[in-house]
Amino acid sequence: MNPEDFDTGDPIAWCPGCGNFGILNAVKTALAQSGRPPSQILLVSGIGQAAKLPHYVNCNCFNGLHGRALPAAAGAKIANRELTVVVATGDGDCYGEGGNHFIHNIRRNLDITVIVHDNQIYGLTKGQASPTTDQGHITKIQSAGVILEPLRPLELAIAMGASFAARGFSGDTEHLAGLIVKGMSHKGFALIDVLQPCVSFNKVNTYQWYSKRVYKLDSSYNPADRIAAFAKACELGDRIPLGVIYETAKETYEEKSGLDKRPPLVGADILNVDINPALKDFAVTAE
Amino acid sequence: MKNELTIRIAGEAGQGMQTIGAVLCRAFISAGLNVFANQDYMSRIRGGNNFFQLRVCSKPVHAPRRRADIIVALDKASVELHRPALAAGGLLVADAKKYGLAAGTAGFADVPLYALAAQAAGAELFMNSVACGFLTGATCTDFRHAESAIRRAFEGKPAEIISKNIAAAKAGYDFSLQQADCRSFAPGAAGGEALLLDGNGAMALAAIKSGCKFYSAYPMSPSTGLMETMSQYAEQFGIAVEQAEDEIAAVNMAIGASFAGARAMTATSGGGFALMTEGISLAAMTETPVVIADMQRPAPATGFPTRTEQADLDFALHAGHGEFARAVFTPGTPEQAFALTAKAFDTAERYQIPVFILSDQHLAESYRSVRLSDLNMPPVKRYALTGKIAPDYKRYALNDTGISPRALPGLADCVVYADSDEHTEEGHITEDAAVRAAMVRKRFHLKMAALARETEKPQAVGVENADIVLVGFGSTYDVMREAAESARTIKTGFIHLSQVWPFPAQEMEALLKNAKKAVTVENNAAGQLARLIRRETGIKLAGSILKFDGRPFDLEYLVEALETGRLQ
Ligand SMILES: Cc1ncc(C[n+]2csc(CCOP(=O)(O)OP(=O)(O)O)c2C)c(N)n1
Ligand code: SF4
Ligand SMILES: [Mg+2]
Repeated sequence: MNPEDFDTGDPIAWCPGCGNFGILNAVKTALAQSGRPPSQILLVSGIGQAAKLPHYVNCNCFNGLHGRALPAAAGAKIANRELTVVVATGDGDCYGEGGNHFIHNIRRNLDITVIVHDNQIYGLTKGQASPTTDQGHITKIQSAGVILEPLRPLELAIAMGASFAARGFSGDTEHLAGLIVKGMSHKGFALIDVLQPCVSFNKVNTYQWYSKRVYKLDSSYNPADRIAAFAKACELGDRIPLGVIYETAKETYEEKSGLDKRPPLVGADILNVDINPALKDFAVTAE
Repeated sequence: MKNELTIRIAGEAGQGMQTIGAVLCRAFISAGLNVFANQDYMSRIRGGNNFFQLRVCSKPVHAPRRRADIIVALDKASVELHRPALAAGGLLVADAKKYGLAAGTAGFADVPLYALAAQAAGAELFMNSVACGFLTGATCTDFRHAESAIRRAFEGKPAEIISKNIAAAKAGYDFSLQQADCRSFAPGAAGGEALLLDGNGAMALAAIKSGCKFYSAYPMSPSTGLMETMSQYAEQFGIAVEQAEDEIAAVNMAIGASFAGARAMTATSGGGFALMTEGISLAAMTETPVVIADMQRPAPATGFPTRTEQADLDFALHAGHGEFARAVFTPGTPEQAFALTAKAFDTAERYQIPVFILSDQHLAESYRSVRLSDLNMPPVKRYALTGKIAPDYKRYALNDTGISPRALPGLADCVVYADSDEHTEEGHITEDAAVRAAMVRKRFHLKMAALARETEKPQAVGVENADIVLVGFGSTYDVMREAAESARTIKTGFIHLSQVWPFPAQEMEALLKNAKKAVTVENNAAGQLARLIRRETGIKLAGSILKFDGRPFDLEYLVEALETGRLQ
């Protein structure tokens, strides 16, 4: 399949020049490369500008609540492990409102891919600070500048034991598509935090701002070394590394729970469940 | 000979009241009797004071009594704490030496529970089995019933543990035979096979039979028993049981699983239900079936974690922002809980809506003997599309039923868009006024109209010519039924609602309009059902009999309220 086969024709509601377009192209390219038919792919999102993405991709879509993309995705994946499940979410959606689910789904380690459109701002609600907004960043709400320290997604993920943690840039679609392909082929929870300029509400972290700082990790970098990876993830100042920061093989939820040895739950015959063996456990016969 | 007896076993948490309570329940059922057992326990693991109370009868009666004919105190504190609950002529059992009570003190029967345990089984901790054996003998029940119930309760434990418990029970049994007469029962009319089931167990069995394949929840009393049972059978029946990180995750996971095509359920209590409310609204908007049970406990906030209340009625009727169709079932017995859980799964999937089951600690955790023939549900049906789908498929296609064909992503060859934003027929975000109005009509008006035609009819007994009609929902069913039967000075009928939404307004109007006097019986402080009846029918009842101390109604409480005319 080609990336165009994943077009939907649903009118796109993003601002011209928004970094989300680059992410959308990268997603379509990666899905085309995956060889999976649209009917076998499920995109799950929460609410925000990022979370509109599934509407622009021709495959199954569950656009749920703000912050709650991950639990919905986890439920769907457990129910039908044959679905290819990809989550499109924002920095507010995933790290703020849904922060608890982020932490615990790293622990759950289902075989899903999570793409965070990290524009370091709340785009849809017009420019308030997000968990990843830099200190000092002035907004209409944080009028004296953000005073909280930013959440550092890749450090958090690596510390939590995520088995795949990568950083991409919406300005480099080809590289990003490659990362998404890698994330999708990784067995387990794959986090891809994507630097994404919001041209309307983030006047600090602009396309130029990111372009000046990002550099691609080359083959001399070993993503299997967890301690080195943590140090790499900490590089988030004048130089920002792009690529797979950390990857390791880890047992997935499907393997640990035995789901992988059963047919998908959704395929079960539910019309003829025989509960007699269970009833016997409750039964007492008069003697 | 009596045809019923109430037995209370009291002691500290950790003294095994529940274990021997369950053993006695099984022993009496196996002797051909009916049992009803409720638990009164504190939110602690050790210490405090708890009791397990069994009512044993030759005929099925299922409400708790206020006073017990036999009380066994497993610790000193229980002697005076529970003495007021002893029925006239009753037997209070205590271990005088162990508790340091002066020998010969009147008012209790001295049974050396602890010494017998040490003698027969080598350790005092077996005193609960001594008590169990004593009660078997004191009720003239053959010891073999207790023995087989003990074997069953300790199945899988080392043989030594089983034999020690049996030896301890036998010592208690033999001791009881040296006492004066035992309190024998009229021969049991019951016979045959019975299940020992609480509301949680009945709901779990029904969920499994209804094809529930996904259950996610966060532990919260008194819903945890349901989760435990689901988890116990997960492997055998191919069900994913997932402990979520919080109730928000629990409901959203269930919705995700259901979207993918697995029948899904979650359960909680009031606090967790509060956290689920946004998810409830999501299920309604995305038209994703989900079954949600709220096992009520006294609130607000953390309230009484281990006790009972019916104060989430208004909440369940309104939980979730916005307007949408819902069904709220309020079973009164394990048998109803079984049938209505099945109906909840069917209704949720047929109408693509969130469906609620409102239980409470009293129903969820009281054990009864239930006849297998009383556990009924219609054959399970599916309402979803899989395989080849027409190319112009639209997930939210508008039609005059309000129910759009639901294709399952991954199982159908089309793609499915579901959206929590207002959406077009295709499932894409829209802000169009006409589409909005049409979708509201679909989700709310059309679905409600269809649901209303299927509401469970209220059950009315002895309502014509009654001096007073009791009206209740949920777990007050049995106490209303028995109070109506046993109130002597006043002719009493009752109406029980096992579904409160859509509200059966016409039926209730017909039943209430000629009633001389009607009052609600509710385990809450506001009389929420009375207000609901007034809102939906315009009928203002004469009042309410309310109880909001965290304890269930007992038969005597209700009968007294009736006979003295005490209303709130
Ligand atoms: C429960 C809830 N709270 C708040 C909102 C309002 N809201 C919608 S999106 C959003 C933040 C979006 O930020 P982010 O996830 O970073 O996405 P972006 O728009 O930047 O892509 C907020 C606060 C909501 N929809 N639901
Ligand atoms: S507000 Fe920002 S994130 Fe949203 S579409 Fe516009 S540029 Fe993109
Ligand atoms: Mg953002």
